[in-house]
Amino acid sequence: MFSELGPVDSSMVDLLPAPCRSPFNSPLNDVFLWFSHGDASTETTTCPGSSFHTALTPQPDEHGEAPAPGSGPVGHGKNHKDAASVRATHPIPAACGIYYFEVKIVSKGRDGYMGIGLSAQGVNMNRLPGWDKHSYGYHGDDGHSFCSSGTGQPYGPTFTTGDVIGCCVNLINNTCFYTKNGISLGVAFTDLPPNLYPTVGLQTPGEIVDANFGQQPFVFDIEDYMSEWRAKIHGMIARFPIGERLGEWQAVLQNMVSTYLVHHGYCATATAFARATETLIQEDQTSIKNRQRIQKLVLAGRVGEAIEATQQLYPGLLEHNSNLLFMLKCRQFVEMVNGTDSEVRCFSVRSPKSQDSYPGSPSLSPRHGATNPHLHSADSPTCSNGVTPPNKNKSHNKYPGVSSASSSSSSSPSSVNYSESNSTDSTKSQPHSGTSNQETSDSEMEIEAEHYTNGVAENSSTRIMNGTYKHQEILQAEDGSLGNGVADSCASRQLCGGNQAATERMIQFGRELQGLNEQLCREYGKNATHKKMLQDAFSLLAYSDPWNCPVGQQLDPMQRENICSALNSAILESQNLPKQPPLMLAVGQATECVQLMARVRSGSCSFARVDSFLH
Amino acid sequence: TKCVHLSPVSLSEVTATSRHYVDRLFDPDPQKVLQGVIDMKNAVIGNNKQKANLIVLGAVPRLLYLLQQGSSSSELRAECAVVLGSLAMGTENNIKSLVDCHIIPALLQGLLCPDLIFIEACLRCLRTVFISPVTPVQLLYTDPTVIPHLMSLLCRSQRTQEYITQIFSHCCKTPEHQTVLFNHGAIQNIAPLLISPSYKVRMQALKCFSVLAYENTQVSMTLVNVLVDEELLSQVFVRMMQRDQPIDMQLTAAKCLTYMCRAGAIRTDDSCIVLKTLPCLVRMCSKERLLEERVEGAETLAYLMEPDVELQRIASVTDHLVAMLADYFKYPSSVSAITDIKRLDHDLKHAHELRQAAFKLYASLGSNDEDIRKKITETENMMDRIVSGLSESSVKVRLAAVRCLHSLSRSVQQLRTSFHDHAVWKPLMKLLQNAPDEVLVMASSTLCNLLLEFSPSKEPILESGVIELLCSLTQSDSPALRVNGIWALMNMAFQADQKVKGEIVRALGTEQLFRLLSDPDSNVLMKTLGLLRNLLSTRPHIDQVMSSHGKQIMQAVTLILEGEHSIEVKEQTLCILANIADGNTAKELIMTNDDILQKIKYYMAHSNVKLQLAATFCISNLIWNEEDGSQERQDKLRELGFVDILHKLTQASDPNLCDRSDTATHTSLPLSFSFSLHKTDAHKHAHCVVGY
Repeated sequence: MFSELGPVDSSMVDLLPAPCRSPFNSPLNDVFLWFSHGDASTETTTCPGSSFHTALTPQPDEHGEAPAPGSGPVGHGKNHKDAASVRATHPIPAACGIYYFEVKIVSKGRDGYMGIGLSAQGVNMNRLPGWDKHSYGYHGDDGHSFCSSGTGQPYGPTFTTGDVIGCCVNLINNTCFYTKNGISLGVAFTDLPPNLYPTVGLQTPGEIVDANFGQQPFVFDIEDYMSEWRAKIHGMIARFPIGERLGEWQAVLQNMVSTYLVHHGYCATATAFARATETLIQEDQTSIKNRQRIQKLVLAGRVGEAIEATQQLYPGLLEHNSNLLFMLKCRQFVEMVNGTDSEVRCFSVRSPKSQDSYPGSPSLSPRHGATNPHLHSADSPTCSNGVTPPNKNKSHNKYPGVSSASSSSSSSPSSVNYSESNSTDSTKSQPHSGTSNQETSDSEMEIEAEHYTNGVAENSSTRIMNGTYKHQEILQAEDGSLGNGVADSCASRQLCGGNQAATERMIQFGRELQGLNEQLCREYGKNATHKKMLQDAFSLLAYSDPWNCPVGQQLDPMQRENICSALNSAILESQNLPKQPPLMLAVGQATECVQLMARVRSGSCSFARVDSFLH
Repeated sequence: TKCVHLSPVSLSEVTATSRHYVDRLFDPDPQKVLQGVIDMKNAVIGNNKQKANLIVLGAVPRLLYLLQQGSSSSELRAECAVVLGSLAMGTENNIKSLVDCHIIPALLQGLLCPDLIFIEACLRCLRTVFISPVTPVQLLYTDPTVIPHLMSLLCRSQRTQEYITQIFSHCCKTPEHQTVLFNHGAIQNIAPLLISPSYKVRMQALKCFSVLAYENTQVSMTLVNVLVDEELLSQVFVRMMQRDQPIDMQLTAAKCLTYMCRAGAIRTDDSCIVLKTLPCLVRMCSKERLLEERVEGAETLAYLMEPDVELQRIASVTDHLVAMLADYFKYPSSVSAITDIKRLDHDLKHAHELRQAAFKLYASLGSNDEDIRKKITETENMMDRIVSGLSESSVKVRLAAVRCLHSLSRSVQQLRTSFHDHAVWKPLMKLLQNAPDEVLVMASSTLCNLLLEFSPSKEPILESGVIELLCSLTQSDSPALRVNGIWALMNMAFQADQKVKGEIVRALGTEQLFRLLSDPDSNVLMKTLGLLRNLLSTRPHIDQVMSSHGKQIMQAVTLILEGEHSIEVKEQTLCILANIADGNTAKELIMTNDDILQKIKYYMAHSNVKLQLAATFCISNLIWNEEDGSQERQDKLRELGFVDILHKLTQASDPNLCDRSDTATHTSLPLSFSFSLHKTDAHKHAHCVVGY
C-alpha cells in the first residue's frame, strides 16, 4: 500500500538497525532513546551492533561536548547544552514524494524538552532540532515550531508522555506538517531544503521516545493523505491545458493510434480506422499482411516456418542480423521441445486438422491475464513499507540470486534487472549477477527503485505483450479451433509431442544450433548472452518434465512475445520504417521523463506513474 | 428604421411557430401528433423563450392530456413526459405554471405504467419540478401510496434510482417527512445504492441519508447497524470521505456521520468522528475549497462539536483552523474587485454566508475551553470583526456574530480585557433595541455575562439605561427572553449600590416582580428569587427593602414554601429568609410571623440536607448573640422547640450541617460567617452564566 514510500523502504533497513527494543545511553547518562525493532526479516544483512551506533549515537566525540563519564543525573538537562539529537542514517529521498515517520513519547522525563523534526547533514547534534541553520523542530514543552532559529513560533499543542507525534515531509511542495495522535496540526515549515534527515532531540533526564518508520501501523492515516496528492497530480496531468492546439492534438493522436495498429499488423482494424478518421497509412497492405503472418507464426510457436517466411519475404534480413537469427533458432529449439514447431509437428499422428491449430498458444490468453502483474490496474496492492508481498511477479523467481542486500526490498531490485533486460531489446540480455545489482548504490536504489518497479522498461514489454495478446485473440477467432488446442495442450505435454522421430529431429537441430553458435563465435567473438541462451535451451532436456523445471519458464508461450516484437522491429527497420510505433516512443519518453524527475529530486514524480495512465 | 419594423415582425413569427407546435398536438392523426411532440422537444431544448411561449399558448394541459390518455402510444406518452421535463428545466415561472396545471399528480399517476422509458421520463420531470424551491414539497406526500410506489421503483434502473433519491433528498424537510420515508423502508431500500457503480446514484443516495439522519435519533440509530455488502454503513461513509474522493462526496458523507453522532448513534470519541469526520470537515474549511463548500464545512463542523469540549479542543489544533477561519472575512477580496467582475459578484454573494459560518464555528469552538477562547480573540482583528458583525445588515450574520460574542463572553478573562477594550457593549446595546427574537435571546444572554460584577463593561451599560430594556424583556412572551431579562437584572443587582437596587425595584415594579415569582417557567422563578436575594444583601439594604416591600415579600415567600416547587427553588427561598433574618429591623418580620417560623422548623427537619442547612442558617442569624434583642428571640425560639431540633442536628451525618447546628446551639456562630454564606451563595448565582 505504501507504494510511494517505496524508496523509503530500503532506507528503513538502515534506520532501524536494532534487532530489539534496546535503550542506549546518549551523552547524558540518563537520557536515552530507543528505536523499536522492525520486522525481523528486515534484519537479515545488517550487523545490528555496528550500524546501531552509527545510526543513533549523536556523535559527541566530534563536538567534544560529551559529559565526563560517571557524572550523575544532578544538573543535567538544565540548559541547551545538555540537549542531544539523533538522526537517521539516510536523508529523506526526494523522489519518494511524501515521507512520514512517527515518534511515540514513551516518557517525558523530567521536563519534557523534546524536539522532533528534521536536520541537514552537518548540523550540530548536541542541540535540539530547530535551533540551528538547516534544522527544523516541533518542541514538546511549549508546542512551538523552530525554524532554524532559537526562538520558536506558536505552532501546536504541547506534547507529553503517551502522545504520538508524526512528522510528514511533502517533497512536492517542500513543506512539512506534524500530527499529534493522528490529527494533522497544519503546515509548520515551508521552502524546506533537500536531503533532510529525520531527527529527534532530547534534553532532560528520563526522556524516552520510540520512533516508527513504518514498521508498525501509523496513527495518522498517511495513506489517505497520499491518495489526495496522487489524485491531485493525476488531475493536474489530466487537465493539462493544451490551449489552441486542440486540432493539432487530434491529428497527432489519430496518427499514434493508426501507426500502433499498423505496427502490430492489425491490418483490418488499421484500414477501418484510417477510413473513419480520413488518414493515410504509410505502409502498404501487403507489407502489413506479411508481417502479420510472420508474427502469427512466431506467436503460434511455429518459429521454423517464421524463419522461412522471413527469409523468403525479406531476403538478406536475417543474414545481416545474426543475433536475431540465433535468437530465433534458439526459440525454434524450445518450440521443438514444446512440440509446437512445424519441424516436429509434421511427425505428429494426430488429426490432420491439427496443422491449423496451435497447441499451447491458445492457452496464452487466459494465462497471460492471470500471471502478468503489469496488466493489473494501477491500484493493485504494491509493496508496502518493508513488507514484501509474496512473489506477485512470477519472473522474480527466475533470478533468485539477485535479491539485494536487504531482503525487504528484494522485489524492487530484482525487477530493476528484469526490466532492464527487457528494455535492451531482448537481444543482449544482461547477466543477472549479484555484482551488477550491487552497482546500483543504496541511495540510487532508494530513489529509483520505485520507478523501476512495474515501471518503464517493463512497460514497453507490457504494451507489446498487450498488443500481441489482442493479436492472439484475432488469431483464435480466425482459426476457430481454440477448443481442440486447449484440450490437447493441457492434457498431454510430452517432449516433442511424444514422438520419437520428432525427438531425433530436435536433437539434430540442437547440434546444428550448437554449430551455428560456434560459427558465430568464430566470426564475431564470444558472446555470453548467446551462450546463456543456448545453455538455458539445452537445459530443458535435462529434466523429465521440462514444463515443471527451473528453466521451464522458457516453454511458456508468453516468451514468444519478445522475440516476435524483435523480429517485427527488425523487419520494419529493414523497410526504413520506425522500429517502434510512436505510441510506444511516447510512453517511453514519458517514462524517461518521470525517471529524470526522480533523478533531479522532484517529489511529484512518485505520484506521476505512467502505468497508472495505461488502462 | 428598418430595424424597428423588423423586430415586431420576428416576434410574431416566433409566436406563430410556437402556435404551430401547439396546433400539431391536436392533429387527429396520432402519428402526426407524435412527430409534433418530437419536433417540439427539439425546439425547446435550451430555449427559454420558446418554453415560455409554449406554456402561454397552453401546450402543457394538452401534453398532460396526451400523457394521461390510455389510448396514446407508449412512445407518445414518453415523449410528452420528456417535453414537460424540458419545459420544467426553464425558469421558476415555468415550474409554477406546470405545478398549477397539476403536473405532479399526473406524472405520479404515470409512474404506475409498466413501461420503463415512460417511468424514467416522468421521474426526470418530477425530479426537476421537486428540486425547485417554488414547488411545495408536501405534494409528494398527499397521496399515501406514492412513497411506497417510489420505493418499489428503486430497483428498476440506475436512472430511477438517481431521480427518486434526488426527489427524496429534496422533499425531506421535516421530522414528519423523515418518519414517512423511514417507515416505508427508505434505509433498507437506499443503502445498497451507496455502492452503485454510478457516481450520481451513490451521491444522491448519500444525500438522502444526510437529510434522513439530520436530528433524527430513530433514523440515526438504525443507520449504525445497517450493513452494505457486509460492511457497516459508517465504514462506507468513512470510505466516501477519503481524500481522493470528489469533494461533494466527502462533505456529504461527513454530514451523515455528523448527524449520526449528534443524534447519539455514534460516540463523539469514536475514531470515525475524531480521526475522519472532524479532519474532513476542517479540510472543507481550507482556502482551496469553493466558497460554498467552505460555508457548509464550517457550519457542519460547528454543529458536530457544539456539545463536546474534547472535539472542540481537537478541532482547535487541527490544521490551524482558528487562523484558517480568519480568511472567511476577506471576501470580497480587494484583488477581485479590480481584476474580475464575475469573481467580485461571486464573492459578494457568498461574503455574508462565509462570515456567518465563521462566526458560528468560532462560537462552537470557544463555547467551553478558556484557551481556545484566548486563541480566538487573539486572531487578527477578531474582536473588531465581531463588533462590525453585530451591526451588519444580514440578520444571519448578526445572529452568528452575537452567538460568537456570547460564547466568548463566558470567559472571565475576555470580559475583563478584550470585551472592554473593544467596547462591545455598545453595538450589543444597539442590537437589543430592535431585533428579531432569536437575535434578542442571544444578545440578552451575552448581556447577562457583560453585567457580571467583575466585568468592566457593567458600569457603562448601567449608564446607558439598560434597566428599562431588561425590565421590558421580563414581560416578553418568550420564556427565554424573560429568563435572560431577569437574569441580567439579578447579575446587575449583585453587590450593587443602593441607587441601582432602588432603580431596579422601581423600574421593574413590585407587581411585575411578584408576577415573575409565579412564572410558570422555573428558570424565571429561580432567577427572580436570585434577584430578590441580591437585593436583600448587606444589612442596610435588607432593612430598607423590607421596610417598603416586606409584606409582599413575606407573602411571596410563604406562597413558594407552601407550593409545589423543586428543592432548588425552596432552598433559594429559605436563603432569602436567612438574608431577611440578617437585617436589623427586618428580622422582626420573621419573629412576629409564627407561620413562617413553623415553616422554618419544618424545613430544619426536612429529609433534604440542603434545605435543612438553609433553614438552619436562617435560625442562626435570628439568634445571633451580639445583637439587640437576641435574648428575647432565643427565648421565643426555645419555646417553639427549635433547640431540640438543633441538638438533633448536631448528631446529623452531614458534617456541614452538624457544624452549623453546633455553632447555632452555642450561639457562637460569627456573623461574618453567616454573612459570607449569602455572600458566597449570591456570588455563586450571580456567576451563573447562561448555558445555552
